[in-house]
Amino acid sequence: MDFDYGEQAEAFRHELRAWLATNLDPGWRDHVDVVDSEASEDILTNEWIKEWSRKLYEAGFKGIHWPAEYGGRGLSLLEQIVYAEEMFRADAPPAGNFLAETLVGPTIIHYGSDEQKKRFLDPILSGEELWCQGFSEPDAGSDLASLKTRAVLDGDEWVITGQKVWTSLGHIADYCFLLARTDPDAPKHKGISYLLVPMKQAGVTVRPLTQISRIAEFNEVFFDEAHCPAENVVGGVNNGWKVAMTTLGFERGSSVTTQALRFRRELEAFIEIAKSTAGAGGRPKSEDPLVRQELAKAYTAVHIMKAQAYRSLTALIEKGDPGPAGSVNKIFWSEYHRWVTELGMSLRGFEGQVIGPDYALDAEQVAYLFAKSETIWGGTAEIQRNIVGERILGLPKEPKPQ
Amino acid sequence: MNFAFTEEQEELRKGARSFLENYSASEQVRALMETDTGYDPDIWGRIGAELGWPSLIVPEEYGGSGFTYVELIAVMEEMGRALLCAPFFSSVCLAGNALLVAGTEDQKQEHLPGIASGETIATLAYTEQNGRWDADGVTATAKKDGSDYVLNGTKTYVIDGHTADLLVVAARAEGTAAADGVSLFVVDAGSAGIERRKLNTMDMTRKQAEVKLSDVRVPAANLMGNEGEAWDSMVKVLDLAAVALAAEQVGGAQKCLDMSVEYAKVRVQFGRPIGSFQAIKHKCADMLLEVESARSASYYAGWAAAEDNEELPVVAPLAKAYCSDTYFHCAAENIQIHGGIGFTWEHDCHLYFKRAKSTEIYLGDATYHRELLAQRIGL
Repeated sequence: MDFDYGEQAEAFRHELRAWLATNLDPGWRDHVDVVDSEASEDILTNEWIKEWSRKLYEAGFKGIHWPAEYGGRGLSLLEQIVYAEEMFRADAPPAGNFLAETLVGPTIIHYGSDEQKKRFLDPILSGEELWCQGFSEPDAGSDLASLKTRAVLDGDEWVITGQKVWTSLGHIADYCFLLARTDPDAPKHKGISYLLVPMKQAGVTVRPLTQISRIAEFNEVFFDEAHCPAENVVGGVNNGWKVAMTTLGFERGSSVTTQALRFRRELEAFIEIAKSTAGAGGRPKSEDPLVRQELAKAYTAVHIMKAQAYRSLTALIEKGDPGPAGSVNKIFWSEYHRWVTELGMSLRGFEGQVIGPDYALDAEQVAYLFAKSETIWGGTAEIQRNIVGERILGLPKEPKPQ
Repeated sequence: MNFAFTEEQEELRKGARSFLENYSASEQVRALMETDTGYDPDIWGRIGAELGWPSLIVPEEYGGSGFTYVELIAVMEEMGRALLCAPFFSSVCLAGNALLVAGTEDQKQEHLPGIASGETIATLAYTEQNGRWDADGVTATAKKDGSDYVLNGTKTYVIDGHTADLLVVAARAEGTAAADGVSLFVVDAGSAGIERRKLNTMDMTRKQAEVKLSDVRVPAANLMGNEGEAWDSMVKVLDLAAVALAAEQVGGAQKCLDMSVEYAKVRVQFGRPIGSFQAIKHKCADMLLEVESARSASYYAGWAAAEDNEELPVVAPLAKAYCSDTYFHCAAENIQIHGGIGFTWEHDCHLYFKRAKSTEIYLGDATYHRELLAQRIGL
């Protein structure tokens, strides 16, 4: 066992750290009016952020793990992880369109045609084109394959009709990577295609959905005979389910280690609150045995996430795939985060319930509310438990309704 | 970057599993748990002589094989899985670590080779009727008398205390309190004034004993380190033992999960395997989540122990708390998933349920270890 990343990764760390020291304005938040940049990708339309993104791109700090022939740095996953760690340590602003860089980009690299690669990859890295994901529908959540949005080939174009929901960035995205039913007669997993659809066109209507944090980050997206070129199908017609599923796990590894760092920073803030807030008898809450137990549990969970990350990373490096362990990690961190943000709010007491004008929330308040979505998106905690039960433990599936 | 066992360590683990499948199967565990000594001298002899497990963490200059704590936790996990009935934890993880941490050069030379070969069975006589794991729990006394020390008091819950050849005894100078005044002594278990009695405990797979010390005379050379200054060493020994026990708990918890999953696949009710119901499937998924998390905590702690680095005081209680909770929860769920059959004496579920509780309590329960953790992270 050793936790050394090796010479190449450390050299990259050194290079990036030096670059950040000269190029990142520590006062960047003065230019960016977003309460919690982590909870919202709206920040990507901010002019200062766009420029920052461009700067990173020009300096060669985008697509670290993408092959060099597609504009990436062609480095290993380890350097991609170092990148995430250094950006976190430097408290750098987000600069990437996460879904584009981790999902549609790698999908195009893996399954796309040469023309698709040429057309779409570079603007993803440069940040010129933003992407949203069109998977979930009102009646297709956990049971995604029952989606109803249809795409019909009309000459050299797909004509798309249907509704997508929970679409982050839908209101600002230039393109949507979308799953649509292209063969209504095939079994449900077999008649789906993966399409690249322009968002700025007459047939697309985007309606914001306001979340419990009163932030409208998600959208409903209505496709009413929207169009895209016939060649914008990725991985073959009616092969979209396979394309989507095999690429869903791509690059999940890149944030494996930073997540524990992020949770550690958040927990340290809660510990400070416990020390500085009076509890029963006027003593600091941190002296209350029950609070101490809870904080020790939280510390344990964050430590386990760190150790688990190293184990996943080892598997990623050796086998190129974190395997179904992804579901285990998702359940663990999302349920931890929901619980610890509730604890944080309890520790803050009355003060934590007071918000600013127009429902303005501070970062902890946003995290507390946003955590409620984390056990839902990307496969609910319940669906993840089915995946763990069936794919890892080999338990039988639930019988299909007769 | 590699947070996994090396090929050699993996071989060691596999070898341990296959040996234990043959020699610590349910029938053997059940036979040994009914005996007073609680172990099979032939199997223990083979573990020492052929497999060399007791020698793993003992440096070569003391007759050991000079491996690290990572190898130790690899075999501890397998021993926990198989509920091995043998004095390994007491002799190696408790007394062996005590000698390694606190023993004088002479004491190491004299006793470690026997522990490493398995020929000497040693244990730690530390806890008393008060059941405490902090310094104040030590009330037995050690009084200097000429060139000897005279020990008095009653140690209890001493693992393998009735069968051990050698005891590491914690005692304090009269009139001292807390960490101040605690000393450790190497004591021949056959010394005059020692009276030993096996305790009957719910977990029959690991024996405990009461050890009465009445004017037990030990030469001053048997004092480990300086008089009255053993507490810091004791803390380290308990941390190291906690790391070993946590690994054992991971092995036991994994076995409970395996038993549950296997049963859930074959037990049919309402015309389908019970594992197809989400009520059961999700229980199993939760067990896996906990077992894998416990394994991460255990391996990290094993690494910190092997490196002997500054993280050990934090990650040891953390691992012990988490692995204790995990083992107990998995062992309890295992009975629930098995239903009525899991409640019978004939089924092995209860053996794990009982071992889970005894290891949870040993070295201090999860609440105790979380409080230790809280103190050690500056809360």
